[in-house]
Amino acid sequence: MTPLSIAFLPLTDAAPLIAARERGFAEAEGIALSLIRDTSWATVRDRLVYGQVQAAHMLAPLAVAVTLGLSQAPCAIAAPFKLNDNGNALTLSRELAAALDPDLRRRIADPEATAHDFAAAIGLHRRKPVLGIVHRYSSHALMLRYWLGYAGVNPDRDVSLRVLPPSLMTQALRLGEIDGFIAGEPWSSVAVAEGIGEIAAVGVNIWRRGVEKVLATRTDWAESNPDTLDQLLRALDRAAAWCDDPANHADLAALLARPDYVGQPADLLRQALAGRISLVQEGEPVAVPEFLVFHGGAANFPWRSQALWIYSQFLRWDMVEPSPEAQAASAGVFRSDLYRRALAGSGVALPGASSKVEGALAIPLAAASHQGSLTLSPDQFFDGKPFDPQDIPGYLRTLKQN
Amino acid sequence: MRIAIIDDSGLRATILEEGLREAGFEEIDVVPPHGAFVARLERMAPDVVLMNLGNANRDSLEEMLAVSRALARPIAMFVDQSDESMIGAAIDAGVSAYVVDGLRKDRVKPVLELAIRRFNAFSKLQGELDAARTELAERKTVDRAKAILMQSRGLSEPEAYALLRTTAMRQGRRIAEVADALITAADLLGDGR
Repeated sequence: MTPLSIAFLPLTDAAPLIAARERGFAEAEGIALSLIRDTSWATVRDRLVYGQVQAAHMLAPLAVAVTLGLSQAPCAIAAPFKLNDNGNALTLSRELAAALDPDLRRRIADPEATAHDFAAAIGLHRRKPVLGIVHRYSSHALMLRYWLGYAGVNPDRDVSLRVLPPSLMTQALRLGEIDGFIAGEPWSSVAVAEGIGEIAAVGVNIWRRGVEKVLATRTDWAESNPDTLDQLLRALDRAAAWCDDPANHADLAALLARPDYVGQPADLLRQALAGRISLVQEGEPVAVPEFLVFHGGAANFPWRSQALWIYSQFLRWDMVEPSPEAQAASAGVFRSDLYRRALAGSGVALPGASSKVEGALAIPLAAASHQGSLTLSPDQFFDGKPFDPQDIPGYLRTLKQN
Repeated sequence: MRIAIIDDSGLRATILEEGLREAGFEEIDVVPPHGAFVARLERMAPDVVLMNLGNANRDSLEEMLAVSRALARPIAMFVDQSDESMIGAAIDAGVSAYVVDGLRKDRVKPVLELAIRRFNAFSKLQGELDAARTELAERKTVDRAKAILMQSRGLSEPEAYALLRTTAMRQGRRIAEVADALITAADLLGDGR
């Protein structure tokens, strides 16, 4: 057995790692997996960068940021596997949510209207709204900026973005330190269950296939341990498929509920798994298909174009200076080559390409693949704008027109 | 050199601050990570910020350092990225350090070494406190189990203790565990008091 340590944060989307350890998928591949729980992304990053763990549960944009040196000293990170797509929600205080459509289902089903309502509510609120994000380089923060930007809101000027650890969001909302937050589950469900907030938007309705957490390793570790990495990716592939299967959701929710993992009630954790979300306290759960996806529709495949979308958003919000080197380094973080190598011959469908136009699919599409049959899921952004990785400046110009 | 310690554990901060003062550092400020703590950091303009690695507010601090001018120049974790053994020791001890870029390595290294030693000393002290607390709780459990045996089986105190001990030895368990099981059983049977 090869010992392997992976750092994670207590979130529902750490599920494939937890299932890999607890349901024997890692062991079947000869890996003795230990999971190390941390409380901040900074610590997860430091453990990974300084070699205390071999891999980490990581925000996809943070993996790109660490590679580019935007977050401490630069360190080349490889993300050969996406742990999930989607899974976020925007929760607002009841006071701020009162300015939105009173029909809760319409509110989340129509993010365009809700974005405009939110923009109109900003000036009427008793202060500039303070919105909690979990990290500057989080998928959620980029998604929130995208949604606000659509309605002409400048997220660096018209609202205050405040970084807080996900587990402290509900407390900050209760105390009125923030007026809302965007975070991964179970934290929106916890805030709703406690009656201190209402879900105003769900990630899947902003970007149908939002890139979320990745498995991150140091590039030098990935290159010097190819066999171990392949074993790990095969174990995670099976664990992710297991997590997606509704038959396993009760078991998985109970596993995640353990105090050494997420430590929140199983019935709250199960909402995101099942895609049945309570938007207000005591509210009838609303069906949100694909609210959180672990495996279906090639969710684990790290498309280089998705890393480039992240880079395009860094450019859009002046987080990085444009350069061909930074662009190439960003695309290189998502290691579709390593995913292919590990899962060749496993029966998992492997896309023929490593890059695609993101957000172009309105209906499921059968795609060219090397093995198995592959159906790509709808992946549109809510504003309908496709991202062509070949023309980042052109894409950024279309976003400016909002 | 100005040093800021961000910590909400009174004991750990005190242990660290004392160590730094003994080593001749004078400009030290302990800042709890609540409210407007970055504004305080900005005013004191530290050269080094020390923080517990397990503190959930590290992401908040890094964000504030990124957007404010709390530290004059870009900051770096640790002193010298090539000094892997020291970085490993710091992470093991649970110290994170933010150092103003450009500060000389020979000036920062003693601070970090001292912080590592002091964090380790704190962990050891905390371990001892926890052990003492467990021991006290276990002694209370054993006393209660002895009382139950004395009452229900008419044993003397040494006999009750001997019975607990031989049972524990036979079952390969600790005396406190056997005592705990006995108390639970007695509670269930309704004669635990």
